[in-house]
Amino acid sequence: MDITTLVAGFLAAAVRVATPLLLAATGETLGERAGVINLGIEGAMLGGALAAALGALHGGPWVGVLAAALAGAAVAAIFAIVAVGAGADQIITGTALTLGAFGLTGALYRQSFGAAGAGLSIPTMGVIEVPGLHAIPIIGQAFFAQPAPTYIAMAAVPALWWLLFRTRWGLAVRAVGESPSAARAAGVRVRTTRSIATVVGGLLAGLGGASLVLAQVGTFAEKMTAGRGFVAIAIVVLGRWHPVGVAIAALLFGTASALQFVFQAMGLVVPYQLFLMLPYVLTLLALAGVVGRVRAPAGLGRGTEETG
Amino acid sequence: MLPLTLRGIHKHFGAVHAVRGVDFTLGPGEVHALLGENGAGKSTLMHIAFGLVRADRGDVVVDGVARALRSPREARRLGVGMVHQHFTSVPALSVAENIALAAGWSPKTRLLAKRVDGVFRRVGLALDPDAPAWTLPVALKQRLEIVKALATDVRILLLDEPTAVLAPAEADELLRVVRRFTEQGGTAVLITHKLREALATADTVTVLRRGQVTFSGPTAEIDADSVLRYMIGGRLPESRPAPPAAAPGAVRIQAEALDVARDGRGGTALRQATFSVRAGEIVGIAAVEGNGQRELMRAAAGLLPPLRGRLDVTGPVGFVPEDRTTEGLIPEFSLTENLVLGLDRVAPWVRGRRFRRIDWNAAREGAADILRNFEVDAPGPGVPAASLSGGNQQRLVIARALEQEPTVLVAENPTRGLDIRAAQAVEARLRAAAHEGAAVLVYSSDLDEILQIANRVLVVAGGTVTEVPPHARREEVGAMMLNVHAERADPSGSR
Amino acid sequence: MTLTRLHWSALVVASAFSAGIAILALGLWASGYDAPQALTALWNGAFGSWYAFTSATLLRAVPLIIIGLGFALALQGGALNIGAEGQFYVGAIAATWVGLEVGHWPLVPAIGAIVSVATIAGALWMVVPVWLKLRFGVIEVISTLLLNFVAEALVSLMVQGPLQESTGVFPQSNLIPLSARLPILPGTRLHLGFLFALALSVVVWYVVTRTVWGFRLRAVGASPRAAEISGRIKSGRVLGTALLWSGALAGLAGGLEVSGVSYALYQNLSPGYGFTGIAVALLARLRPIGIVFTGILFGALEAGAGAMQRDAGIPSVAVYVVEAVVILVIVLADSRLRHLGRSTVSRPSPAAA
Repeated sequence: MDITTLVAGFLAAAVRVATPLLLAATGETLGERAGVINLGIEGAMLGGALAAALGALHGGPWVGVLAAALAGAAVAAIFAIVAVGAGADQIITGTALTLGAFGLTGALYRQSFGAAGAGLSIPTMGVIEVPGLHAIPIIGQAFFAQPAPTYIAMAAVPALWWLLFRTRWGLAVRAVGESPSAARAAGVRVRTTRSIATVVGGLLAGLGGASLVLAQVGTFAEKMTAGRGFVAIAIVVLGRWHPVGVAIAALLFGTASALQFVFQAMGLVVPYQLFLMLPYVLTLLALAGVVGRVRAPAGLGRGTEETG
Repeated sequence: MLPLTLRGIHKHFGAVHAVRGVDFTLGPGEVHALLGENGAGKSTLMHIAFGLVRADRGDVVVDGVARALRSPREARRLGVGMVHQHFTSVPALSVAENIALAAGWSPKTRLLAKRVDGVFRRVGLALDPDAPAWTLPVALKQRLEIVKALATDVRILLLDEPTAVLAPAEADELLRVVRRFTEQGGTAVLITHKLREALATADTVTVLRRGQVTFSGPTAEIDADSVLRYMIGGRLPESRPAPPAAAPGAVRIQAEALDVARDGRGGTALRQATFSVRAGEIVGIAAVEGNGQRELMRAAAGLLPPLRGRLDVTGPVGFVPEDRTTEGLIPEFSLTENLVLGLDRVAPWVRGRRFRRIDWNAAREGAADILRNFEVDAPGPGVPAASLSGGNQQRLVIARALEQEPTVLVAENPTRGLDIRAAQAVEARLRAAAHEGAAVLVYSSDLDEILQIANRVLVVAGGTVTEVPPHARREEVGAMMLNVHAERADPSGSR
Repeated sequence: MTLTRLHWSALVVASAFSAGIAILALGLWASGYDAPQALTALWNGAFGSWYAFTSATLLRAVPLIIIGLGFALALQGGALNIGAEGQFYVGAIAATWVGLEVGHWPLVPAIGAIVSVATIAGALWMVVPVWLKLRFGVIEVISTLLLNFVAEALVSLMVQGPLQESTGVFPQSNLIPLSARLPILPGTRLHLGFLFALALSVVVWYVVTRTVWGFRLRAVGASPRAAEISGRIKSGRVLGTALLWSGALAGLAGGLEVSGVSYALYQNLSPGYGFTGIAVALLARLRPIGIVFTGILFGALEAGAGAMQRDAGIPSVAVYVVEAVVILVIVLADSRLRHLGRSTVSRPSPAAA
């Protein structure tokens, strides 16, 4: 295998792996900019994944995508009601939601497909080649010959940027995230803004789950998100809560995970468990390297009554 | 047509009847001062006028039409603007973005820049539109608040304690802006507890006491003493002048060429500070917030490390922090626990050497004693600190600081938010402590209070410390406070 | 006022648990299962007989109580250790490794060694999150959570590598020798670890309510700023220590599970104890003595869930939904109470008399 094919394949794998992360991270960025840290995002992704599987089996991939978006939004809506509406602790609420999602998806999955359920096969989404661009050497294959969810993710980044920095609502979101009390004094409905941001974030996370099932793995397994939602939270930090930074961080992540394939292709034998650990360890390292020097939205995780 | 009338306003906050049947009328084109002690209900009343708070009963009548104001946005649409007591800008956003947020404008850069420029021109004030709000010094933060309030078409401007943290010259400047506003056709309400300022600037005065109107009429018809009486309802207890500083004793705080880093953000807040405080004297710090006084106080208290230079402090140090509810006390803890919090190293109810335990029964009794000795009005030591009034909370914090018989007492704005009687009690405690031999270092954002209580005054401006010559006049001290260009405040606001 | 608080707490606890069961019943009914039959199976599995009670319920309660104590200890200071699952596994790895080595030791030193190593391993697994938090400000929620996955992968590595059983076929370790196993109550499967758990709850109670360190921990949890400024407490040090102990306890739970129940290491040793422990602690409102009872309650739930799966065919993972509902009700009640100036998920105050 010559070097260009290797690199192209590696990059393509990286982008593919990064897609669910980017979708979830973009959604979480919006929420965190509004001051909400949603650990339930893992649950939203997982719920989206199951919904995508069920939807695709009954109506094809796009039905799956729609179902996933709704499922993710639903999980986030519960979070919004409890943590934003009622003011409950965000971290504990998010953890509880993810826990509940484990249970619910597991139970639903077993009920639908039986206890064994191995090798459930779901029609995956085909690769869509962007005319012209996909022919660019190396990069073309990596970025412009991917399944649909990747393009959705790529569109989400500039969309979020424009939303946050060029619209009135985005300004309100940023104000709420930095200083809920100042935002309220300016007449912004803090809880409503946060809730909307959270639900949209959940919707994107659901899409991330869909991309995992429909465009990457092609099946559903219990707890298949394996912490990707939490990794997405770390990616938001690494990307400094800016859509472009988050995109870069997600891509970096994808490349780290895709190293696995490079090693395999090169014939190196390494226990696969090390590759399992790698993304998490890298995340921790990256967080350590970055966090001290960046500033989160000042009102992140705090209640609406407190001064930002 | 009267621009604003409030009729029969009542407001409860839980069990507290904050506003009791208040009628308030604003005449066209006037500057109307709303006076009263801390806690009299002035802010609440204006929050109702601005739609931030809903009255339990009563009407808000704007331009002859009764309105049910549900939000500040509605109030603004009716032409009512408010400059708040606490800064309400988002620290991380720029000046322009903050204005856009307040006015409901789109943040698209080019359009916004034009509109912001227009506002600056109209109001007669200017700011750097791209500067992040947290970088503004206190006076400019205040300016931003005014610009925000006036950004849209505002005819009634409510100002809540606007000069509380300004140096005298800056306060004068602000009041001139208010005057100009009314001369252009607007009406302004000035909420303040500063008598002198109110009587000098306003056309009409309304005095509130405990949620009720005790006086309302033209400024010309009343004098300062009468207003004071209407504010506190009785004769002010004689405030004893400071006993002559009886030959101050040994030096307890000695600073030489002291540098202290800014608390929170980078940079040096205090530079080359040289001063001393002796046993038995009260040294007052006069400063505009953000100029380094916080770092000076906290370094003296041992909470911030010196960056360069020398600082010798003879302990133990009793510290009364500025914010009693977030720094001084733990509101949900009981009074006993709050006392244990500050005293666990010295108190007799802590037993054992290696595994130190707390004898809660002894602690409770000790707490009850302290409450009694320091006249903290509370049902018992077991109630949560949050249930105490501001004055009693402050008494508790001071009691805790004094209970360890400190050699040095450092107090940050100890009378902030207290009514006159409670404030006097605090001042009496400080004097007593000095009399007992403690070295007292006290800061207040109220210059007059400092001048009244301190034996010596140090001015901190732009990070440098200067001693005020004895017998200096108020204006001189005020000028010294503004001497060097004010440094950048920290983003969270030094409050 | 104390009475009202107790009444309210009891109400909240009862409501939370009832809500969880109600949601479960609703879900069962909606899915076409025979709800009464399922719930009966649940009950019988947990309390139906002495054997069920000791060997299913109490047995599962041991790790839940200990992990719950650890979580509560950290949360008293305001820190959230969501990594108990990983710390449990690391403790189990250490316990297995040592257990396999100390076959020729007498009982007491063997158990002592296993238990100590497991505890230390759990604490060590916390070192990185604590360092990241204190040095770099990384929130411990994310770091402990991520390490869960690393620990699970580590178990997989161990049981397919260095610790794999002798025939090399199955992904599990050899059984630890008899002398490394905890003594058992005759006629049941309940091991000595249960007494450990009870003793620990008293110890944690004492530390939190009666020692100076415990007071400082609670102060930091209630208001880090006031603690540092008025109490001159070094909150970093206090929190770091609390988190390490939290990890240690979770590791201990893992060691006890190996030495008392499984006698070997394999993947999925924990049916989510690390997360259920959170519900245990929250339901008891962080009170150590209460945690014993809520631990038993959740142990009953999980024991019953196993029976429910066997007898009524309902996936036992459904129990996670119950736990999630319980947690949500508790935090909701807590947020309501916070508006009234009180808090359920907050520190018991020994001095508020």
